Amino acid sequence: MRSLFVACLLSVVAAAGPAAAETPAQPIIQVHSVWSRATPGGAKTAVVYMTLSAKGQADRLVAASTPVADKAELHSESMSGGVMQMRPLASLEVKPGATTMLKPGGNHIMLIGLKHPLKAGDSFPLTLAFEKSGKQEVTVHVEKVGAMGMDMEGMKGMPGMQGGAMTGH
Amino acid sequence: MSSKPLLVLCTAAMLLVAGIAGATWLVTTRTGASAAVVPPAVAVGGPFTLTAADGATVTDQSYRGKWLLIYFGYTFCPDACPTALTNISAALQQLGPLADRVQPLFITVDPHRDTPKVMADYVKAFDHRIVGLTGSTAAIEAVTKEYGVYVAPQKSEGSDDYLVDHSSFIYLMNPDGKFVATLSGAATGAQLAARLETLLSQTS
Ligand SMILES: [Cu+2]
Repeated sequence: MRSLFVACLLSVVAAAGPAAAETPAQPIIQVHSVWSRATPGGAKTAVVYMTLSAKGQADRLVAASTPVADKAELHSESMSGGVMQMRPLASLEVKPGATTMLKPGGNHIMLIGLKHPLKAGDSFPLTLAFEKSGKQEVTVHVEKVGAMGMDMEGMKGMPGMQGGAMTGH
Repeated sequence: MSSKPLLVLCTAAMLLVAGIAGATWLVTTRTGASAAVVPPAVAVGGPFTLTAADGATVTDQSYRGKWLLIYFGYTFCPDACPTALTNISAALQQLGPLADRVQPLFITVDPHRDTPKVMADYVKAFDHRIVGLTGSTAAIEAVTKEYGVYVAPQKSEGSDDYLVDHSSFIYLMNPDGKFVATLSGAATGAQLAARLETLLSQTS
């Protein structure tokens, strides 16, 4: 009985394999609602926010990269006594049973050395590296300057969303 | 009225008081939640001489007669500063014609990277009524001290990609240039507009 279950599971993984080239063979982390803000004229930085959730076991986001910027750094942001502080984060843990949000005023991925301005409506690729489950490429949807959340309409047809739906049972 | 040495002495004393006020206020507000209005114990603000987009010199006197919304930040900041400037833009929009009596200023805490041109290009993305101001290192140090703004550039590998810790407040000054209130840099446009509407309706 148990071996039958394993065989079924393996066949499902095998069938899903070629179609889901961007998702690892054993996806631990689902990445949803990946968005950014349009950049003001001349800005050399940008920001990426997203929602992460883990399946079964915890994993850690350890790095990110994108062709639109020289660097993509994981940052924490805190407000203490009205003083805003950003600090590089070595990694960010994503635990099962809870969603981990990168959002305005909180943890975020900061793009440094932006190669071209980001315009609302644009999208660009971002590769996320996880400690256990490896790399995962997601599409970042660019919202308006100073947007506080992702436009829900913009989420339709996003690879991140499809990936999430596909790996759910 | 006053001799020159006396004036210098008075200015020095005022700066000292402003500095102490700013420091005390930072310490006292550090412990509490800061979403709401945080009025410092002693009024903040003072004279400044800064540079506008076109290179023109601008002083605090340039804006007498207008309510000032002053936010200190820097253009390298991808999160908090665009949020504050977006909220200020939304407030201006919500105020409609009343916004004519309000002048928002975005003063950089990072004059090394934020030249007048950089500031001008940056603020344009939010609202054309926001004026971006920069100046010499000394001028920026003076104005941030007067307003009790905490500024701490961080070390980085690259010479020009450093982050800067800074206070994220919106300072509200009345048409006489007197300090009225400190609002959170995260206050929404609606919250800012409501506060301004109340103040503007009390005065003509
Ligand atoms: Cu950052």
